[in-house]
Amino acid sequence: MAGPYESPARTGVLVGILAISMFFAALTSALVIRQGGAADWVRFQLPSILFVNTLVLIVSSGTLELGRRRLGRDVASPSGRALLYATLGLGLVFLAGQIMAWRDLVAQGLYLATGPSSAFFYLFTVLHALHVVGGLIALAYVSVRVARGAGPSPLNAVAAAAMYWHFMLALWVYLLLVLWMRV
Amino acid sequence: MADEVKGGADYPRETAQMVTALKHVPPQSFLRKHVFSLDHKVIGKQYLDLGLLAVTTGMVLSWIMRYHLAWPNGKLFWLGGGGIITPEYYLQLMTMHGTIMVFFVLTTAPFAGFGNFVLPLQVGAEDMAFPRFNMMSFWVTFVAFLVLVAAFFVPEGPALSGWTAYAPLSAVGSAAGPGQGMGQTLWAISIAIFCVGQLLGSLNFIATTLDLRTKGMTLARLPFVTWAWFITSVIGLIAFSVLLPACILLVLDRVAGTSFFIPGGLVISDAMQPHSGGSPLLWQHLFWFFGHPEVYIAILPGFGIISTIIPVFARKPLLGPKVLISCLVAIAFLSYTVWGHHMFLSGMNPLSATIFSVPTLIITIPATIVTLLWLGTIYGSKIRFTTSMLFCLGFVSVFISGGISGFFLAQPSIDSVLHATYFVVAHFHFVMGVAAMFGIFAGTYFWFPKMYGRMMNETLGKWHFALTFLGVYAIFMPMHYLGLAGNVRRYAAFTDDYMVSFQPVHKFITIAALFTGAVQLLFFINLYWSRRHGPVATDNPWEATSLEWSTSSPPPFDNFGGTHIVVHHGPDLYGVAGAKGDYVMQASAEPEPAPAFALKK
Repeated sequence: MAGPYESPARTGVLVGILAISMFFAALTSALVIRQGGAADWVRFQLPSILFVNTLVLIVSSGTLELGRRRLGRDVASPSGRALLYATLGLGLVFLAGQIMAWRDLVAQGLYLATGPSSAFFYLFTVLHALHVVGGLIALAYVSVRVARGAGPSPLNAVAAAAMYWHFMLALWVYLLLVLWMRV
Repeated sequence: MADEVKGGADYPRETAQMVTALKHVPPQSFLRKHVFSLDHKVIGKQYLDLGLLAVTTGMVLSWIMRYHLAWPNGKLFWLGGGGIITPEYYLQLMTMHGTIMVFFVLTTAPFAGFGNFVLPLQVGAEDMAFPRFNMMSFWVTFVAFLVLVAAFFVPEGPALSGWTAYAPLSAVGSAAGPGQGMGQTLWAISIAIFCVGQLLGSLNFIATTLDLRTKGMTLARLPFVTWAWFITSVIGLIAFSVLLPACILLVLDRVAGTSFFIPGGLVISDAMQPHSGGSPLLWQHLFWFFGHPEVYIAILPGFGIISTIIPVFARKPLLGPKVLISCLVAIAFLSYTVWGHHMFLSGMNPLSATIFSVPTLIITIPATIVTLLWLGTIYGSKIRFTTSMLFCLGFVSVFISGGISGFFLAQPSIDSVLHATYFVVAHFHFVMGVAAMFGIFAGTYFWFPKMYGRMMNETLGKWHFALTFLGVYAIFMPMHYLGLAGNVRRYAAFTDDYMVSFQPVHKFITIAALFTGAVQLLFFINLYWSRRHGPVATDNPWEATSLEWSTSSPPPFDNFGGTHIVVHHGPDLYGVAGAKGDYVMQASAEPEPAPAFALKK
């Protein structure tokens, strides 16, 4: 049980990942049943900016992983810290991109209640974005702890936040695939 | 250092505890001490107080329902509106009774209440892994309760769609009648908030059990009740993660005009509803995927509580401890495969019904094994008949009584006859409601000395047990016969049809319910009087072995007075020949006794 890097933060994130996975699995099953059960499902073109956003999120995962490794070697590493800030910035860019995607849908006249396909699109993207906001808050918190440099080592917290952030990427890729296939 | 004790904590785990300890400075202000406390012991008591408030509310609602069922023309003027209980109002009472009892009593008290207070003590930690999340968990749950009861004060009152809130009734809004406006929206929001609270709680329970165990506390040495809370938190984590999005979809259907659960062409009061293509069955599937595991969220902590308490008062180790834990894990797993048995009447394909029926029957096997383990443990032992033990024995009794009817209901052909009758009301009240309540009572009488440093009055406690035990049988046993005779449930009154002849039985049940309710005053008096005036409790008044009994009553803020307690034994060393007393505490440095337990004859 007790691995050498075990910490409550890591366990907490793993457990959180399980809960969030179940949350989106339930929504996916709802989508599949809702689509299969009625003839009112209208497909539409996904906003192309989603693919740019995906790229941004992939890069942010990379910067965070790189930052985490540098901080692991030297907790005071300035480049490690800079990479954390870069991840925060890229996270914000991702959210801005998602807002543009919603505006794109609105411009097409597709609102939450327009039809089930647009409803699930908004649901998936908004709920994912809320979880990303949670990740940004966690990253901001660990960035402050790293910047302060005092108190207990922030490395466990950085590792936990990084695990969550990578999961946000994996979750997004999954949701995008579901939307791409179904919407 | 780490290798001295089997399963000892290694360096990082100790670091984690030290970090917790650093953050864990005793608070000074009243607010941080008693209201927004980070201390798991205070939070546990807060959860139990919330459970007490909720159970009182839920019980009063049931009295009004029972009064109306027995005397349909009687008036309760204090309710306002001329004191008349309309059928709609009856359904609102029923909905709120069920919701409050299932969520805010049976989930909060045995799991979040006792779990919060006892689990960190039993694993030897100074607090939960995430004290802030823990505090949020309670206050979020409290807000959920306020949002739910606020429905009594909105126009047209609370929801009337039952605790299961079936769509489309729950989804179409006020067009569906009284209570289906703001009251139902508040219901859905309250349950969504509740889910968040329980997810935070489950997260804490899992991380604390895995990461904050003290030196020597291997998984195999965890007391059974901590195992039960751990398994319950895993079930809860998955179940509430599914109910939360279901509630979000329901709220959107109600306020944002979406059609997840509302079908097309739905006409209510001659008005076509502006929805299309939704699936009412989708709600049922999502709800019961949560709903059936919820039954085990309510009852598994009770399993754990009595599996921990029975050996204490039988002075004998529990029969088959590994079998018990395997059964709990099996129940947890199977609980996710049986949800369709709540939907046999939904027009489901008979083949699907059979597929859900088989695991429903299979799940009775581990439940039966666990019951046999309790009975086998009691067999041949010299029982110490404390109030707590009496409630454990009562638990076994009502669990068997309620469980046996489950064998019948698991079969679709029988269930289709009995599902809408009082037979089901009797079944789930016994097996889930009363059994879980007996677990709560057993836990209260057992851990009260640790919580408040004083003993409860045993004489009052025994009267409380005896009268409650008789009362619950008087209430729920006749309901089986009513159900078999065709008495449908959810009706507000039985005045002008074939069910008129059941009326004397309903009067008997109502009198029994009011009597049993009144008996609970003994419990309340005991609870509040003993907090101040009960005899002072020693550290280990029951001669039990787990870690909470190795610290003072009540425990200090950091649980073990600044020391890192070390565990040397399993939790079940009772009836040990040659030990001081007849037991060996988990934290005792005595050598491990020989495996053969010589029972005193």
